[in-house]
Amino acid sequence: MPEISLNALAAQLFTGLVLGGILVLLAIGLSLIFGLMGVVNFAHGSLYMLGAYFGFFLWGLTKSYWAALLIAPLMVGLFGIIVERSMIRRLYGRGPDDPLLLTFGLSLALVETVKLIWGKIGLTLDPPAQLAGAIDLGFMKFPAFRLFVLAVTALVLIGLWLFLEKTNVGLIVRAGTRDPLMVRALGINLDRIWLLVFGVGTAMAGLAGILAGPLRGVYAEMGVEIIIECFVVVVVGGMGSLPGAVVAGLLIGEVVSLTSFFAPKLAEIIVFVVMALVLLLRPSGLFGEPGLAE
Amino acid sequence: MRGAYRWIAGHPSTSIIVFFAILPFIVPYKALATQLLVYGLFALGFNLLYGYTGLLSFGHAAYFGLGAYGAGITLAKLGWHSVWGALLVGVAAAGVGGALVGFFSLRRRGIYFAMLTLAFAQLFYFIAFHLSDLTGGDDGLRGIPQLSLGLFGWQVPLGNPLSFYYFALFWVGLAVAALRRVLASPFGTVIAAIRENNDRAQACGYDVVRIKLVAFVFSALITGLAGALDALRITVVPVEALYWSTSGQAVIMTLLGGAGTFFGPFVGAGTYLVLQDRLSLIMESWPLVIGLLFMAFVLFLPKGIWGTLLARLGARLGGAPAA
Repeated sequence: MPEISLNALAAQLFTGLVLGGILVLLAIGLSLIFGLMGVVNFAHGSLYMLGAYFGFFLWGLTKSYWAALLIAPLMVGLFGIIVERSMIRRLYGRGPDDPLLLTFGLSLALVETVKLIWGKIGLTLDPPAQLAGAIDLGFMKFPAFRLFVLAVTALVLIGLWLFLEKTNVGLIVRAGTRDPLMVRALGINLDRIWLLVFGVGTAMAGLAGILAGPLRGVYAEMGVEIIIECFVVVVVGGMGSLPGAVVAGLLIGEVVSLTSFFAPKLAEIIVFVVMALVLLLRPSGLFGEPGLAE
Repeated sequence: MRGAYRWIAGHPSTSIIVFFAILPFIVPYKALATQLLVYGLFALGFNLLYGYTGLLSFGHAAYFGLGAYGAGITLAKLGWHSVWGALLVGVAAAGVGGALVGFFSLRRRGIYFAMLTLAFAQLFYFIAFHLSDLTGGDDGLRGIPQLSLGLFGWQVPLGNPLSFYYFALFWVGLAVAALRRVLASPFGTVIAAIRENNDRAQACGYDVVRIKLVAFVFSALITGLAGALDALRITVVPVEALYWSTSGQAVIMTLLGGAGTFFGPFVGAGTYLVLQDRLSLIMESWPLVIGLLFMAFVLFLPKGIWGTLLARLGARLGGAPAA
């Protein structure tokens, strides 16, 4: 076995954290939307892809990365709201398969639309110049942009946590994920909460897209590939559980990152092995409650 | 016109046999007819699980691909130059794959099932991608010989589109007959009960997980047969046979035709293939049209073309739709 330097290993662990953070941003939105509305949004990955493409477009338009970083997720969130209002809303009460099928069709349509506008070959999305180099952390050097991605992810997650735990609207959201019928019976209008959660969830997907673009590449199919990883995260963590999404997202990120370090060929396969193991040992997921959301 | 309509409705089996017997002569080119058979069979396998058992699988590419690679590797790598052997290995590979994925995926119910089947299918894709010595990897499996079929002393060349069509029709007919028999049996009634109410079926004393697993394996076998036939048809197995988009094709075809109707998958496969054939002449992004059409179907025509026709017909003739 070749000598493995501790520094390289530490860098790989850090990279895993960054990748895991991206998965967490997506899985939390997926999980929130599912918990509240019973909708598995297959198009979540395609909205992540839209975030990257919108970011690319806006960066070119405004010449400012920061403007793109701020506006692209808002545009994706707005698009998500329009989709919920105009299409998914019609399917409430029809059973959980129909929204999944609809959003599957939507992601096909989005992939083709993006190919039509920006071409079949992917784009190059570079980190902004201010975040180009590497930062010396004392024990190792680490790309500044990855640290930035990690920081933004952490900030968003803390913000979301504060919103859910400390505000009245957050309280309604949490109650709604546990028992929508009871919340309605208490006279609370869940329609606007649905819209809010769909908007926030899809905006987070858009943010994940523009952040991940420089790391994972920008191409039309990027969304469908990551949605499969997100499904794994959700199965491992337990659908509807936010701590589950965080722990499982980081776990999968680390597992992928370390495997691609030690055995690159297995990196794509290992996530499914982890999923199969969890299914064998703890079918309801690490944080899932048996019987919930089935 | 109205008389013919009534005759067809009164003699469904004869009409369908006649239709498929003359199909190669009424489509623009014969390859399209064979494609319709193969993809119709693929969607038929998916429909057994989704339409009849109520399990939405997003990973049927796995069994289609296993069937194709099973048949292709037998002919191209193992040197066993037998059409029967190739079909057997392909179908068996799909059955084993189905049993494995079914075992894991059926540990979760409901919406998880779709996600799990999708994820496991992607696992097969990555495995085939990396095992390039056996599968050809990204380039696809090439070098599948075109054989002729020894039939009662005759040698029927399968390279001829028309003879391949009837060869495929024989297998599709066999699968269709087997599936009809299964659906009419007590087993068919139990899977319908599971689809309508899983908990109640369980409360009635049925081992629902085991029954679903049997349905899953049967569905994988049918799908694998479609994959194996496809490998013989195009004499190459692209690695995309295992990609998620192939699973999506079965979903789209079945929903366009009508999930839970017997011939809906063939109607859907025909619709999809004709659209693809016509649209790809005028535009590169034909999948966009299919994606939008699929969304419109989910929203406004959830019974699909065939399902809606049957519902109308059933209402007009005053009986329950049969096919």
